[in-house]
Amino acid sequence: MNVWIEFFLSNLDMIYIVILALFLGVEVISAVPTILHTPLMSGANAIHGVVIIGGIIALALAPENNFLLLTFGFLAVVLGTLNVVGGFVVTDRMLEMFKEKKKQ
Amino acid sequence: MDSGLAKVILEFSYLIAALSFIFGLKMMSHPRTARRGNAVAAAGMGVAILATILYLVMEDLMPMTNLGLIIAGLGIGSVAGTWAARKVPMTAMPQMVSLFNGMGGACVALISLVEVYHFHPETWDLYAYLEYGSILLGTLIGSISFSGSIIAWGKLEGKISDKWARIKGINIMNALLLLVTLGYGLYIWINGDLEFFKVLIFFGLAILYGITFVLPIGGADMPVVISLLNSFTGTAAAFAGFAYDNMAMIIGGILVGSAGTLLTILMTRAMNRSLMNVLLGAIVGGGSATDEEGEKTIKEVTPQDAAIMLAYANKVIFVPGYGLAVAQAQHALHELEKLLEERGVDVKYAIHPVAGRMPGHMNVLLAEADVPYDKLLELEQANQEFPTTDVVVIIGANDVVNPAAEQDPSSPIYGMPILQAYKAKNVIVIKRSLRPGYAGIDNPLFYMDNTRMLFADAKKAIEEIIKAIQEL
Repeated sequence: MNVWIEFFLSNLDMIYIVILALFLGVEVISAVPTILHTPLMSGANAIHGVVIIGGIIALALAPENNFLLLTFGFLAVVLGTLNVVGGFVVTDRMLEMFKEKKKQ
Repeated sequence: MDSGLAKVILEFSYLIAALSFIFGLKMMSHPRTARRGNAVAAAGMGVAILATILYLVMEDLMPMTNLGLIIAGLGIGSVAGTWAARKVPMTAMPQMVSLFNGMGGACVALISLVEVYHFHPETWDLYAYLEYGSILLGTLIGSISFSGSIIAWGKLEGKISDKWARIKGINIMNALLLLVTLGYGLYIWINGDLEFFKVLIFFGLAILYGITFVLPIGGADMPVVISLLNSFTGTAAAFAGFAYDNMAMIIGGILVGSAGTLLTILMTRAMNRSLMNVLLGAIVGGGSATDEEGEKTIKEVTPQDAAIMLAYANKVIFVPGYGLAVAQAQHALHELEKLLEERGVDVKYAIHPVAGRMPGHMNVLLAEADVPYDKLLELEQANQEFPTTDVVVIIGANDVVNPAAEQDPSSPIYGMPILQAYKAKNVIVIKRSLRPGYAGIDNPLFYMDNTRMLFADAKKAIEEIIKAIQEL
């Protein structure tokens, strides 16, 4: 029991962050019109590409002689970049139709 | 704690990235700011990536070969990602998103597996168990998201058929597979078993479950599945963030996980379904799929969504019919026309010779509302314009836009010239109910993919659209 209490008290910041971020995610898109569902999904898809950072760290820390970890890390970087770059570009293309028109 | 300059730059960049994700998502949920929101989030992502590399270089944490590999990986991913995203036709966007989502899921699974390799806790205390739990959950959810997304992509591309849904008991088999996977994961977690090939088996089971989970779901429901898998990858990214103790990954992952879940629910609601109904459709939908005319579904639209479609269109054509006259909506319609013209939208009216109850009925009504005469198109002119029109709004007309007159020789109105509204990119039909028109014939236009129904009194509906555009 003591372990849990100690864990709770020393990780309060993180517990608050997780709960608030959960609510923020819901709150921030709660009023989205139907027509934006697909672009928003696509934009969120690009944002979880933030795992590319994990890929970079994994590859950076892979020992030079460990072929398996180097391969995994390299694949992770390539796939993560595809997620990020492809995700943002495809979202931008979907959102082109919403660009501001010049008023006459 | 390390408080060197590199660390400060790194953490501050992650803070900026987290803020850019929050503001980016917020802006993306409104049409006027959506595109900028996407750019904001992308910029934040760039900052986070650069800061991470800068930190690793400044702290001298990696050999040059690894830096070279990182830059090569980023280069290959960027070129391939941009190329694929640019090349894909507009109609194939959802499967492209699914593919990119799968890449993200695979990335999480891989970095989680790498972390198993690095993870050697001195004692198996609560922290060690939690970290190992995060690693395993990242592997599990990332893998499901990866293989599930690939299957979803295949279904939308038409490469994988829906016949899997008809296999008896596939949902029960899936439930069993999920139980086995979770049970096995729990077993290696509780035993603190870090043997690499045992975790690889767990990875394999999760991949397999991702495949069988999506296979029986109908192709038409794939957008919902993609949205769900998208929130899965977000959740997996958050778990990987815990394992890597990385704030940008934690915040970005949780945001996408929760926003994605809500978005999935909103999407099922827009289809008048529940998420359970979509996921277990193989069982639930079994009885209703026997309609001999095939599936006929209509899609509804709210006045707010209709307003956005109109306000951001380049060219709009109104097709008035008897319903306009009944509702006396001509003045409201002229208001809407002026409002759209102010925003730079090209607005025209298409008048069918027999629209209404007498020839010229519509012309009289619209003239009464001061609609300029040069905005009225006759049948042939209108039919030339429809293919290049973004949105056609049909207000209380039915038979004069019924494609059955062209396509169905058994139809009583076969051969009657119609306004080919179905050729437009989007069609909004404002109508009080699904009741057939004057001639008593069903209208296939209402069931087409690019058609949205707005069930309401014409005048009320148009007034609500006007209000919604003014609030944009």
